Amino acid sequence: MSFPQRAASALADEQLRRNLGNATATITQRRAEAVAELPDWSQLRAAGAAIKDQTLNELDQELLRFEANAEAAGAKVHWARDGDEACRIVAELMHARKAKSAIKVKSLTTDEIGLNNALQEAGIEAVETDLAELIVQLGNDSQSHILVPAIHRNRSQIRELFVRSFAGPELTDDPADLAEAARLFLRKRFLEAGVGISGANFGIAETGSVCVVESEGNGRMCTTLPELLITVMGIEKLIPSWRDLEVFMQLLPRSATGERMSPYTTVWTGVHADDGPKEFHIVLLDNGRTDVLANEVGRQALRCIRCSACLNVCPVYSRTGGHAYGSIYPGPIGAILVPQLSRLETGRSLPFASTLCGACEDVCPVKIEIPRILVELRAEVVRYEREHGQQRAERGAMRGIKVVFAGRRRYEAGQRAGRIAGRLFSRRGKIDRAPGPLRAWTASRSMKPVAAETFRRWWRRRER
Amino acid sequence: MTAREVVLERVRAALASASPANSHEGVPRSYRQQHEASTDRASLFADRVSDYRATIHRVGSAGEVAAAIAGVSQIEGIRELGVAPGVPEEWLPASNVAAVRCPDPSAASANRLGGALTGCALAIAETGTIALDGGALSGRRMLTLIPDLHLCVVASDQIVGGLPEAIGALRPAVANGMPITFVSGPSATSDIELHRVEGVHGPRRLHVILLRGDE
Repeated sequence: MSFPQRAASALADEQLRRNLGNATATITQRRAEAVAELPDWSQLRAAGAAIKDQTLNELDQELLRFEANAEAAGAKVHWARDGDEACRIVAELMHARKAKSAIKVKSLTTDEIGLNNALQEAGIEAVETDLAELIVQLGNDSQSHILVPAIHRNRSQIRELFVRSFAGPELTDDPADLAEAARLFLRKRFLEAGVGISGANFGIAETGSVCVVESEGNGRMCTTLPELLITVMGIEKLIPSWRDLEVFMQLLPRSATGERMSPYTTVWTGVHADDGPKEFHIVLLDNGRTDVLANEVGRQALRCIRCSACLNVCPVYSRTGGHAYGSIYPGPIGAILVPQLSRLETGRSLPFASTLCGACEDVCPVKIEIPRILVELRAEVVRYEREHGQQRAERGAMRGIKVVFAGRRRYEAGQRAGRIAGRLFSRRGKIDRAPGPLRAWTASRSMKPVAAETFRRWWRRRER
Repeated sequence: MTAREVVLERVRAALASASPANSHEGVPRSYRQQHEASTDRASLFADRVSDYRATIHRVGSAGEVAAAIAGVSQIEGIRELGVAPGVPEEWLPASNVAAVRCPDPSAASANRLGGALTGCALAIAETGTIALDGGALSGRRMLTLIPDLHLCVVASDQIVGGLPEAIGALRPAVANGMPITFVSGPSATSDIELHRVEGVHGPRRLHVILLRGDE
């Protein structure tokens, strides 16, 4: 299914549109206030973009540096060409220790590679511990937002889900009660868990450390309490030095939740004596990232720190929600990331799911030129489809326009034909249903008919 | 070829095929390196901590710390406090609460504690953040994670202006391989209709005891 098909059903859901409209407007407002507090926001963005570019320019060196320092501190580093390989590594680590279940920190990267399903097939239960991820997991649902994955569910839907899954019927739909129920449900699992699985917000090459930013404390639980900790990290998550965190810890929370800092930011380095897991494994994941790196324009997408500010300001996302994008990465960032990660095999309709208004680029904390990449990808999709024998209607239209625009007589004949057609098909000054293949254009918008008089005729008349 | 060799080879091929991402001459670090508060740092810190719905208690001497802790323990109904190893004796209340100096390092026993009492490595005024570094004053990570209540004593001379100063000051601890935890308020979630709820999986409540020395 393409974006327009999925969007149509999302747009028909009025409850969803109300939930989304409120949520995205609220976060956008909070973000704006938090950003306005910092007089040096633009300098921080410039530094953030430069740090990420610098890392990408020397990514092979930085990866080796990260590996060496992490292993010197007691971690074991694994490499995975793709998602399947990463899932296999995690499952094998667990099988070798006869572990049957793991607790998980919210991680987009593990969602991207379908780790939970892969583990289930290997006979291992993965329990999501972030409240929103738990809601998604219990409902057998999919995420609709990078940061608040259950943004499409309201409190009464969540209550119903909890009662069906683990809570008593006396549970109310007060968010505080719902959070308390989740706390009670998960507490025992935290205390007894043998294995924790996390993603990473940042990997620090200089020290071999991993950084996780979160709010609920579930991230601290998963990375501190189990004996075995496995972190799955995309290769683009690296930053060169400890000092660079001073930039991203200012950029990320303010862009993401509009807070000065998220409640918990945890940084750990290898294995610590007497504190935390006894064994720590890091899986470095490619899964298409090197393809993105090879695209001179598109590689900026690898700067992304997954704050989701671009989703919240996007006029398309804030109406359709995340499910319309058909991927774990929705919104403007998803529209540039998903097609690139899959070499255009999926998400080809996504670069077109944008008005190119540029709001996403304005809020991006690492200055990704999203509209520019969208335009570039549109061209690549057209090329790809031509090579695969698919024709877009636009191409036919453009060919026709080329013929008409090539000579003055043809152009004027075209104008006359357009005026006649306009008179035939317009109702009350607009065309709601164009004939033939043009119908696709008027399926979701009205068209203005060709003007009754051309500019040139008007000009000649005016001179007399 | 191993996966490691393949991934590194792909990275190198990608970098060779395209010109550098941007010809930045290093990273422009023209952002503020020092965050000076318009009021004094301790007041700004106290304000910002309160914004996270943590409770702040201002005291003027180490003796008053003990009284404040006794007060919080009484109100919260706490009989047993896990205490980080480096917490000075004078912070501990004489009565009404038992201080467990070296709690057994198991999650189950930490779960039986009513609360945790620690100092910190430093605090950040602009963001209202406490930094724990796994040292004697901060204690093990588990101690400030599992109990329902975290009592943290911050001396006013431990407060830095902003994140750049904090990151600079924590560098030796990180280089030593210590785990760093930045705490900004009690655990919280906004996952249900963006409605903020404090007290999810980490401590439900955070009490900060701000010890003002002579400034």
